[in-house]
Amino acid sequence: MRLTARSRNTNMAVCIAVIAKENYPLYIRSVPTQNELKFHYTVHTSLDVVEEKISAVGKSLGDQRELYLGLLYPTEDYKLKPNILNWRTRYGYVTNSKVKFVIVVDSSNTSLRDNEIRSMFRKLHNSFTDVMCNPFHNPGDPIQSKAFDGIVSGMMVQTG
Amino acid sequence: MAGSQWELPPELCCRPMAFVALTGLDVVYNAVHRAIWDAFCANRRADRVPISFKVLPGDHEYPKCRTKRTSYEWYIPKGILKTGWMNKHLNLVPALVVLFYELDWDDPQWKEKQSECATKVEIVRTSLQGRNTKVAVVLIQKKTPLPPGEDLVASERAAALCNACDLSGKSLFVLPHTDHLVGYIIRLENAFYEHAQTYYYTEIRRVKSHKEFLNKTTHQLLFVRHQFKIAFFSELKQDTQNALKYYRTAYSLVHELRAHETNMLEIKTMAGFINYKICRLCFQHNTPLDAIAQFRKHIDLCKKKIGSAELAFEHAAWMSKQFQSFGELFDEAIKLGLTAIQTQNPGFYYQQAACYSQDRKQQAQQLCQAGASYPSPEPLETQSGALDFYGQRPWRQGHQSIDPPDAEKEKTGILALQIKERDVPHSELIIALLSNAVAQFKKYKCPRMKSHLMVQMGEEYYHAKDYTKALKLLDYVMCDYRTERWWGLLTAILTTALRCAYLMASVKDYIIYCMELLGRASTLKEDHKSRIEKNLMKVLMNEVPDAEPECDSSSVSAARSLWSDRMALAGSNELTLEVQDYIPFIQCKAKFQSPSFHVDQPIQLQVFLRADCPHPVSFNKLAVSLSNQVTTHFHDAEYNQWCVVEETMSLLPGKTKCYNFSFVAKTEDVGKKIEMAGIEVMLGGDSGRCVFVNWRGAGGDAASTHEALQASRSSRRWGRGMEARQALDWDSLTIQHSTMIISRVPKISVQLSHQPPALNNEMYCISLTVQSQEEGVAKDVKLTAGLKPGQDANLGQTTHVTLDGSKVCDDTAPALLPDVPLGDLKPGEKLEKCVYVKCVSTGPRVFLFHVAYSIDTTVEGRQIVCKCHKDETVTIETVVPFEVSVKFVSTKFEPLDRVALDIPFLLMTDILSSSPWPLLLASSSLQLLTMTSNTPQLQSQLQEVVLQTGESASECFCLRCPPLTNSNSTVATGQYLISWRRQSSSADSPFIQTTVTLPHVILESVPLYIHADLPSFGRVRESLSVRYHIENRTALVQEVEMAVEPSDAFMFSGLKQVRLRILPGSEQQMLYNYYPLMAGYQTLPQLNISLPRCPTTNTHTLRRFLPQRIFVKPQGRQLDDVSIAAA
Repeated sequence: MRLTARSRNTNMAVCIAVIAKENYPLYIRSVPTQNELKFHYTVHTSLDVVEEKISAVGKSLGDQRELYLGLLYPTEDYKLKPNILNWRTRYGYVTNSKVKFVIVVDSSNTSLRDNEIRSMFRKLHNSFTDVMCNPFHNPGDPIQSKAFDGIVSGMMVQTG
Repeated sequence: MAGSQWELPPELCCRPMAFVALTGLDVVYNAVHRAIWDAFCANRRADRVPISFKVLPGDHEYPKCRTKRTSYEWYIPKGILKTGWMNKHLNLVPALVVLFYELDWDDPQWKEKQSECATKVEIVRTSLQGRNTKVAVVLIQKKTPLPPGEDLVASERAAALCNACDLSGKSLFVLPHTDHLVGYIIRLENAFYEHAQTYYYTEIRRVKSHKEFLNKTTHQLLFVRHQFKIAFFSELKQDTQNALKYYRTAYSLVHELRAHETNMLEIKTMAGFINYKICRLCFQHNTPLDAIAQFRKHIDLCKKKIGSAELAFEHAAWMSKQFQSFGELFDEAIKLGLTAIQTQNPGFYYQQAACYSQDRKQQAQQLCQAGASYPSPEPLETQSGALDFYGQRPWRQGHQSIDPPDAEKEKTGILALQIKERDVPHSELIIALLSNAVAQFKKYKCPRMKSHLMVQMGEEYYHAKDYTKALKLLDYVMCDYRTERWWGLLTAILTTALRCAYLMASVKDYIIYCMELLGRASTLKEDHKSRIEKNLMKVLMNEVPDAEPECDSSSVSAARSLWSDRMALAGSNELTLEVQDYIPFIQCKAKFQSPSFHVDQPIQLQVFLRADCPHPVSFNKLAVSLSNQVTTHFHDAEYNQWCVVEETMSLLPGKTKCYNFSFVAKTEDVGKKIEMAGIEVMLGGDSGRCVFVNWRGAGGDAASTHEALQASRSSRRWGRGMEARQALDWDSLTIQHSTMIISRVPKISVQLSHQPPALNNEMYCISLTVQSQEEGVAKDVKLTAGLKPGQDANLGQTTHVTLDGSKVCDDTAPALLPDVPLGDLKPGEKLEKCVYVKCVSTGPRVFLFHVAYSIDTTVEGRQIVCKCHKDETVTIETVVPFEVSVKFVSTKFEPLDRVALDIPFLLMTDILSSSPWPLLLASSSLQLLTMTSNTPQLQSQLQEVVLQTGESASECFCLRCPPLTNSNSTVATGQYLISWRRQSSSADSPFIQTTVTLPHVILESVPLYIHADLPSFGRVRESLSVRYHIENRTALVQEVEMAVEPSDAFMFSGLKQVRLRILPGSEQQMLYNYYPLMAGYQTLPQLNISLPRCPTTNTHTLRRFLPQRIFVKPQGRQLDDVSIAAA
């Protein structure tokens, strides 16, 4: 099932990342106008919380794990340009094969509803599954897929 | 410290406590007073009331109270809060002044003392004029007071004293200076505390009462000030709930103030103070979420209130301080028992504080241009040396209108601030904050956040030009990013590290970072890589590299001279780099062609090199160091010499180059492993700098394991189609870092011939034929034969191997004959050897025949002596050759269950062959114990008998048991010895003695032994004389009754019935003449004997000794002379 972009808010992401089971990046895309390196650090540090959440769930509930991890860190400030502060929020999602998705959302103007974030992740997961189904893709290699790029672009903040 | 301008004042951060002044105490010279003072201030634990005490002289001048304003109508406030106000109420204006006075109720000079005390009270009152401060008097008395109401003098004089001092009764206390000082003091201070509470309550009421005079247009500042004061007094009163409420009101009021550029700092400063108080109280009330919410609100409200753009760094500094002090409050609360979590811990606040400090630094760099000279006169100087109000500018204190009063003053003031900012050690501040944050994130399990902050610290050290510390931090975290494979981040860190290494001219670090930045993990663009490679080449040529971009010019010129110094320095031009744990731009993988090599084969080794840099790279030496198993750490120089190339070689970008080495193993290394200990590539050369790049083991680096895994995944998917291409595919090149040296394949045949199964105890012959198929002489042929080691331990004890087949070996022969020399073997020659095996027990055994020899051979033109060996094993079953059964029978061949003493009996033996091969029995004999042979020793009846499978051979021996005293018991009979061998074995082969232990017999003694002498046969109608011997074997006289029953077959003469006595040990003979009437087997007339004195012995038991029948021949034609004579 493929979901189509329907709500106004599903294009608020400033950074979308797919992280392998071993915690190395498979795909990172961020808003081009900003410091890409900072987003890499943002995604990388988010893994601390993701790992913690996965291990905490593993202990208590066994297999009944929800893929969506929710908010990773509380909403934090970040600088768009010097002296202009925005808020951003990081959300996490883990597939059953321990591949992680991290979405950083610019929450300065609108606060996103939880189900909107969920639907973004679901869309991402579906597209990721399509990539994995490609017989020419070797799992564990960086994702190079136009279809996946397209889905990600649809979720990013439109700039320019 | 330069940052102190932003520090929160200590009077804000402390916990406000009621201030009580103590006067009239001489704590220096009066021991009693000293003790009283100590009791007040020492050991103030949490259970004592919160009061801060101070000893002041009796005539101390308290701060003057300004005249009360009657109307606020024309009053325009100059600021929000005076800088001295908090301190004034904490430390200067007491809630209560206590006058200590030594006076007993029965003091003889009561009157004088009373008036002196009243004077002192008056002095205090005067200096407190206009204040609501209470005054109390404590009389220090030497005597213990009587219970209240009993001492009439006391109550009278107390009333008088109160009257004289104008005190209420509640303000007069008595402190007896006796044993229970601390107890009295605690009661006293509780009373003081109540007075102080009342004081602060009135103060709150007083401040509140101003409110009605205020109007919202001109007195906005006062609204904030009054709320703050009420809140502060509430705190002093220890009413924290109300304090929090008033602070909250104050906080919302401060944000209602009209903010403009000139008063922005004042507003923010006050907002910061109030926020601090609110957060602090929230943590104190154990509502940390409220504290966090308040802080977030505070930040959201304030973060955009930048104020003057020219002083933007001030805003960043202020923001940083906000975060820092909140972090400290949070941390303090945790120390007092609050639990923090991974996503909400003080680390985040320290991190944000650091972040704003970085901002501050950036803005300071932009705004504070160097060159401007500090304005004179000093615009930041004030008359008092300090500010009147918090958060105001020194050059326009108390000014509250929108525009600055004097544009010129404003300009110089700002310039002065900017110049001051320039001297702030920003990096130091940032690093301190970051390191606080690192400590927190470490505690709350955020390793990646910690690494990230350490990178920032490293970068900050870089900015602060402390390159050594920068590199230390960056190096530390680099490997985390490398193992997690975040190449983008690794590249960024490496780039900074490279700059540091360049600026401090650290050659080794510089080369390492260059190598990794050129490698495949680097995400740098091609042109950057090209530049770095050129620089690397320069360093290798011992030249000064070009500067890294984004380094500031002054540092670059300093670095240049450092580099030139380095270059000029002679020696130390050799560097060794261990690159195993990095991702260098030259990749290396090596493998032995096979996991094992025969010693007579050359060992083949391949080293693959590949460069990932943009330009071709040349190197001058490639060496593989090898080690064998024994000398793991010692590089075996003998092999190493074969694995070296010393010439100028070059690698093309992206191309794999393969170097083949081959060498011959030493024969003593057979059975050992040869391992690659390391691979070395030498970059540069003698002319410049030599860099030895070292890989441990057989190459590979920090990333290659994962790459190999990915490659294997993809080849699995592609299946066979990929295999053809795999040789070219770098990632799927597998490393083979060790090989086993195994011995040369033997060219001899070893054949065994034997006739299984082996028979128990025999000398089993196994004949071994060794034939050489070698082209040369096989020297030193040695045979190891016997039981294969590693079998059941008992087999070793029961198996004996010998080469000597001429005699039966004994138990000392070993189970395995090692290294039997067989001499040399010419090509084609054949050699035979017999090995004899004696198996004492039955069952299967594995025998090993190991033929070893050495031979000269030539490998790649080298003469080597190879040791070869060939093993043959055979499993041989051992079986029992025959079974021996033995039985005892009477002379009448009747089975015996017991043997009578001194009466002959027969022993029958039976040998049943179970051997599949014919057996030759050589002899047999008895070795008797107890028994004696009843017949003279004859030759064995079995001599030279051949038994086929299943056949049996029997023997019979007549034995007698001599009379024994201990009769009626079981005795051993003896042994039966059989000597035998296989019929097929050669004539000179030895016989095997098999010993069979004969069964035990039960002995019995008979009282009477009766036996008959009679011929072996009779003849019809010829007389047959039979003599019965009756022996008495007892020690008693035996009475015997005998009767002969008539028989149809015989007539007889003799006593038919007789009763006789036999003396002990003597014998009686009875002679009968039988006259047979019928031919054939005839039953003799039955003899009935009974022993009346020995009823246990009946006829039947005695009769078994007598013959029952006799064969009677028919009457012949001629008379036999003998029979006539007998008749």
